[in-house]
Amino acid sequence: MATDVVPRRGVPADRAQLVQWMQEYGVYLGVTVLLLFNVAFTDHFLSTENFRTQAVQVAPVLIVALGMALVIGTEGVDLSVGSVMALSTSLLSLYLGYGPLAALLVALVGGAAVGLANGALVAFVGVQPIVATLALMVGVRGLALVLLPQLEDVHDPTMATLGSGDLVGIPYVVLIAVALALLVAFAVRRTTFGRQLLAVGDSRPAAQLAGLPVRRVLIVVYVCSGVLAAVAGFLATARLSASDPTSLGNLMELSAITAVVVGGTSLSGGRVRIGGTVAGAALIQLLNATLIKHNLSPSWTQIAQAAVIVVAVYAARERGRR
Amino acid sequence: MSAPAEVLAVRGLTKRFPGVLALDDVTFTVRPGEVHALVGENGAGKSTLIKVLTGVYQPDQGELRYRGEPAVFGTPLRAQQAGISTIYQEVNLVPLMSVARNLYLGREPRTRLGLIDFGRMHREAERVLGDYGVRVDVRQPLRHLGVGAQQMVALARAVSVNARVVIMDEPTSSLEPREVETLFGVIRRLREQDIAVVYVSHRMEELYAVCDTVTVLRDGRHVHTGPLAETDRLTLVSLMLGRPLGEVGRQTTATPAGDHDGEPVLHAEGLTRPHQLRDVSLRIHPGEVLGLGGLLGSGRSETAKAIAGALPVTGGSVTVAGISVRTGSTPAAIRAGISLLPEDRKAEGIVPGLSVRENIALAALPRLSRFGLVHEARVDAVVETFMKRLRIKASSPHQKVGELSGGNQQKVLLARWLAMHPKVLLLDDPTRGIDVGAKAEVQKLIDELAEQGLGVLLISSDVEELISGSDRVVVLKDGAVVAELSGDDVTEDRLMRAIAAPTTAPDDTSPTIPTSPTSAEEAAVHGH
Ligand SMILES: Nc1ncnc2c1ncn2[C@@H]1O[C@H](COP(=O)(O)OP(=O)(O)OP(=O)(O)O)[C@@H](O)[C@H]1O
Ligand SMILES: [Mg+2]
Repeated sequence: MATDVVPRRGVPADRAQLVQWMQEYGVYLGVTVLLLFNVAFTDHFLSTENFRTQAVQVAPVLIVALGMALVIGTEGVDLSVGSVMALSTSLLSLYLGYGPLAALLVALVGGAAVGLANGALVAFVGVQPIVATLALMVGVRGLALVLLPQLEDVHDPTMATLGSGDLVGIPYVVLIAVALALLVAFAVRRTTFGRQLLAVGDSRPAAQLAGLPVRRVLIVVYVCSGVLAAVAGFLATARLSASDPTSLGNLMELSAITAVVVGGTSLSGGRVRIGGTVAGAALIQLLNATLIKHNLSPSWTQIAQAAVIVVAVYAARERGRR
Repeated sequence: MSAPAEVLAVRGLTKRFPGVLALDDVTFTVRPGEVHALVGENGAGKSTLIKVLTGVYQPDQGELRYRGEPAVFGTPLRAQQAGISTIYQEVNLVPLMSVARNLYLGREPRTRLGLIDFGRMHREAERVLGDYGVRVDVRQPLRHLGVGAQQMVALARAVSVNARVVIMDEPTSSLEPREVETLFGVIRRLREQDIAVVYVSHRMEELYAVCDTVTVLRDGRHVHTGPLAETDRLTLVSLMLGRPLGEVGRQTTATPAGDHDGEPVLHAEGLTRPHQLRDVSLRIHPGEVLGLGGLLGSGRSETAKAIAGALPVTGGSVTVAGISVRTGSTPAAIRAGISLLPEDRKAEGIVPGLSVRENIALAALPRLSRFGLVHEARVDAVVETFMKRLRIKASSPHQKVGELSGGNQQKVLLARWLAMHPKVLLLDDPTRGIDVGAKAEVQKLIDELAEQGLGVLLISSDVEELISGSDRVVVLKDGAVVAELSGDDVTEDRLMRAIAAPTTAPDDTSPTIPTSPTSAEEAAVHGH
């Protein structure tokens, strides 16, 4: 929590306002600049095919990032999301025999269970979120590999359609991601739960004394994160037509955190920006695509990503001061 | 350089925040050896002026002169190094560091190797704080102290650096009479050393007790400066409000004592908690204001918290209107109709990043929602009612509470609890930091609520408020009830005598002022 009387180091009002504006809208500006750059300098950028590819690639990251945004809003973090995706794909592969719907349900229950464990550790035992979810990150990946030791093909017509089909030109995967983003945004803005979440993230002692169900809120948040990661795992499996618990979701937690932070959600809680998170995910995706299209090596991609994160964190840090 | 007539001066100072003109062409000068009162309503711009003087904020316009020369303080540290030492309204210490570290932060005594000399630091800290009547283990984290004791640490720190100007923004808002006396002693000593003091307070008696000069701000504008002795109370108040204060203070409480028979609305029995509460029992009848008297650390706040479920107890029970309430659970207490306005509004009250609107609606959300969806129109209605009724000054309901002036933050909290339509309202220093106009309003409001059948528990560091506002007073000492005053016995004199009476408790006979909340309480509030 930021103190009231933090020094504000000789920043004139106009610069302060600029910084504030950048926090709010910088991510959208970034996306716009990248789009314009690509329109001007990248061949075949303005094709539907290209946009389709980009959107399909970013969809799972976005879905995971939605849950991450909620968790970060409570001043927590969920490192187990990548492993939940792996668990999800293992469960799918195991239960696909009962039909895709049953398999999906099992995968979602798996994700929820991991979320419940995370939430219980954080809310009842009082473990630091980073520690609790790190433990589950390791444990759940192991579980996924025990359930399904090696890569397995997934042959299911329904899942194949979901993975690569589309509705009036828009891939199902993307539609689902958009629908989920709208749903989460609605929950944050309009529901009692959303308000309580922000209050818990901003000042837990105050929320507690105001009689909010702090523990319940925390648990629900981690369960949401787990379920969303399971959905992402399901969609990724559908798209790849394969279950690969060894590699699926690797480093996903970092991509998701990046999208959230770049999107302007502060790591110190009390704020959730879904629009910004969507734009943040898009920004990272576009950045990578741009660098790849211009034949820069992957190491450059990583350096560029790091630069964007540094800028975002700097902006977020400025926000803490009044 | 010849001794300047003024040590610190600003002219034409303007400071704008988004949507608010906090300071508008303000002129303010301080002379050495003068105690200068800075007064005004909540949100008048006092704290903002101080923050501009000390480099927390940069002015949009205006000139600052220090010791006769133009000065710009980029940071509070610079101002401090130059000799302007400040106690900000919101205690600005490091809660997790030890008391001693806080006292010496940035100027720790060193050993020959350049390492911090902890032994010396702890010894000196104990001695210095002892002078201020604060006797605590200086090795414990600062947050384990009560707000009042923290304030004394801030004071000791501010005064022990070599300062030419000491600025105090509402230093007494959470101090006990005895500590206020200590503070006044310190101020007089500073005056003798030709150090200038800027003193912000909403308590009139204090101003007249120590200040020489007064400057009044209203809505960010400078309206008056002059010798305090030439300005009487009523004039001062009307200068602050820009209108005469309809009734100074309040009429006597409506309900004569003795009316309150029958079923109590709140019945707490035998509340016990090791080292803090010993078998505390009290009853509040509908329409009654029960005062809780005692010194800092006597267990008043703990009693309120225990009743509100925010502090687990090892024994005792709480009953609201005949129905027993599970202890140790805030939601259960709230559902039963108990509301607590906590003492430490910054750490436990406001949610600084959320808007005024969300803060007011926070506790009442379940009632203002349908099927888990917030009913915005109903929220707006409630928020509007209370913002008007309590005259909350904000640029809009959507302004962040963290940006409001201290007094207005307090009003937001009060609104949050009134919106709950509680049966029992526990008020821990409700008028702390509230200006004279609003104070009279809040006190009237408390009386009104009581008339409507609400049971009120009132804790106040302002003895006069406690006496005039309560129908009955229960006096606590070392966590136990030592006296109960009712009817004609509710006088300041009786209260003081009850507090001063020798304790019968065998286990605590030390004459020190105990400093309240302990780590256990802190842990309870943080939930782990
Ligand atoms: N950081 C900020 N951002 C926006 N507005 C602010 C900020 N700080 C103060 N204000 C506004 O400036 C005005 C003056 O506030 P200030 O804190 O100086 O009042 P005050 O006179 O100290 O009142 P109080 O007696 O309640 O402490 C208020 O309207 C407040 O809302
Ligand atoms: Mg103030």
